[in-house]
Amino acid sequence: MRKAGGENRQLLIRLAVAAFVMFGFGFALVPFYEQICAAAGINNLLQPDRSAVNGQIDESRTITIEFDANTHDLPWQFRPLQSEIKVHPGQLVQIAYEVVNNRDYPVTGQAIPSYGPKVAGQHFRKLECFCFSGQTMAARERRTMPVVFVVDTDLPADVNTITLSYTFFEVAGTQASGGDAGGRS
Amino acid sequence: MAAVIPDHLHDHHHHGPTGLMRWITTTNHKDIGTMYMIFSFIMFLSGGVMALTIRAELFQPGLQVVQPEFFNQLTSMHGLVMVFGAIMPAFVGFANWQIPLMIGASDMAFARMNNWSFWLLPPAAILLLGSFFVPGGAMAAGWTMYAPLSVQMGMGMDMAIFAIHIMGISSIMGAINIVVTVLNMRAPGMTMMKMPLFCWTWLITAYLLIAVMPVLAGAVTMVLTDRHFGTSFFNAAGGGDPVLYQHVFWFFGHPEVYIMILPAFGIISEIIPTFARKPLFGYASMVYATASIAILSFTVWAHHMFTTGMPAVGQLFFMYATMLIAVPTGVKVFNWVATMWRGSLTFETPMLWATGFIFVFTIGGFTGLICAVAPIDIQLQDTYYVVAHFHYVLVAGSLFALFAGAYYWLPKWTGHMADERLGKIHFWCSMVFFNITFFPMHFLGLAGMPRRIPDYALQFADFNAMATIGAFGFGFSQLIFIVVLVKCVKGGEKAAARAWEGAHGLEWTVPSPAPHHTFEVPPVVK
Repeated sequence: MRKAGGENRQLLIRLAVAAFVMFGFGFALVPFYEQICAAAGINNLLQPDRSAVNGQIDESRTITIEFDANTHDLPWQFRPLQSEIKVHPGQLVQIAYEVVNNRDYPVTGQAIPSYGPKVAGQHFRKLECFCFSGQTMAARERRTMPVVFVVDTDLPADVNTITLSYTFFEVAGTQASGGDAGGRS
Repeated sequence: MAAVIPDHLHDHHHHGPTGLMRWITTTNHKDIGTMYMIFSFIMFLSGGVMALTIRAELFQPGLQVVQPEFFNQLTSMHGLVMVFGAIMPAFVGFANWQIPLMIGASDMAFARMNNWSFWLLPPAAILLLGSFFVPGGAMAAGWTMYAPLSVQMGMGMDMAIFAIHIMGISSIMGAINIVVTVLNMRAPGMTMMKMPLFCWTWLITAYLLIAVMPVLAGAVTMVLTDRHFGTSFFNAAGGGDPVLYQHVFWFFGHPEVYIMILPAFGIISEIIPTFARKPLFGYASMVYATASIAILSFTVWAHHMFTTGMPAVGQLFFMYATMLIAVPTGVKVFNWVATMWRGSLTFETPMLWATGFIFVFTIGGFTGLICAVAPIDIQLQDTYYVVAHFHYVLVAGSLFALFAGAYYWLPKWTGHMADERLGKIHFWCSMVFFNITFFPMHFLGLAGMPRRIPDYALQFADFNAMATIGAFGFGFSQLIFIVVLVKCVKGGEKAAARAWEGAHGLEWTVPSPAPHHTFEVPPVVK
């Protein structure tokens, strides 16, 4: 039995190491997932889209694009300079949003776009957008930021209105978090 | 943590602290097994109270009993408590009691670590249940704790995270103990392929636990650091992705469902041959089927996520991989049926539960196949159909197998035969009420009723009322089991060493009740 004790201990150490390796593996899934997404070309919310290939404009259709702006726990004033425009599919359009930092210190925010209806997202190609990177706003700074986009000509026929909505999040780490606990539920 | 060296070889009575300290300091596998089972039964009852509150609220459309916020806490905590508090510790309790007896070992390999594995559980349970009473209430993000909800909740979420950490450590220690015991502590002559199938299924389950519990610990740690330490694993604004959480969680979550069912397969594979009075049909294929299920379980996780916008190639891969698991599972079901075929069948209580298990578990397996088909799953995602499916495999699967095993081994544990009449009433009530509760949920899901909602559209009212009646019937039927337990512990017909005439295996060679110390001199298996 004494001898078995040594063997047992050896096996215990091996299994414990396996458990620690698997704990690390959980974290290794994070970069792995990012690589898979990059390779598969999905989840590229923050990259510019490739421009429409043929460059033709479909004059026969007119799409209404509505613009929406939100902030999430961020005391910025954020608004589109135009509430809606009408475009033809294939037409290159530039619009602008305005953002004001109401704080007396610099804050970094990140805008996340979303689309309504959801299906429009894959036909809405942003060539230039303030959402492609974090925006650091100096204290009390006011900034006008352009968005350049094309709506694909192969947009499904039943979509006549697209809502482009941005939500600005404060980039974690620029303000001490943890004050949330117990607050929101 | 050396191997247990019995220091009083010829003393079959317990020496050492008495009273409460005996249970706190015990390193005896039987004591610890008993504590695991009592703990899991208490958690089963508390999870059951949550389930009944949920069903009471859903008895009629509209809000009657609880507020939506509390309802969400109940559904989330019901899941966590049942999975981590009831089903998993119950199987570990069975492993503690049975594995040393079945392989002819004197105790588990690491008896003190075994004590630790158990005593980590009550603090975890207190954290979990105590979170109902903190500001903001208990965790309410669903038992899966999906980000971003879980990143936003109040301190109840932190308590749940720490409870999961503790329970995870406990499970990993228990699993390591079982692997070492099974691999190193077998009696002379007990080769791997002679081991009772329950030991095989638990060995494979233990490997699964060691592989995936740390991944869950990693996932909830990421949630914790996202909540408090400024990381952005799942925070889109910081470059993270909430869908990533689902991948990490289900990489744990899918093997986890096999962790909860493989030991059940083992128990059923012990009971069926006993009452069919035939050796298990296809023993080797059972072992290989268990191993294949375990290996395949690592390749199917994203079938929980068909609606997250995965590429079609991914959906197809996970769909076919999931369907592949039906093959080894089918092998098992057919082996059980083949064992019963032309056997001298009798239907004592354990056999009733085991037969009932095969019947209802197979229904759950089939609905699982239906959910595996990506286009159908996209329709059924997050509906009551899914709720019906996983309750068919977890209640009718794991829980029925636990009851089967309990009735089967109670004579060995207590020295008395369990009350057959009450046992059979318990079985039939559970069986009937279980189906009244969960069968209508298939129809509700097909009709589109979403899960995790406290109120619903009027057309779902009738089936919901039916499910609630069934749930209360099922809940109260479990009180019969308490009566059976108390009667069995206090007295009853004396059990022989071989309590069931068709039973084979080393555990039936020791007296009933099993003495405090068994197999101090290893038996020789021919």
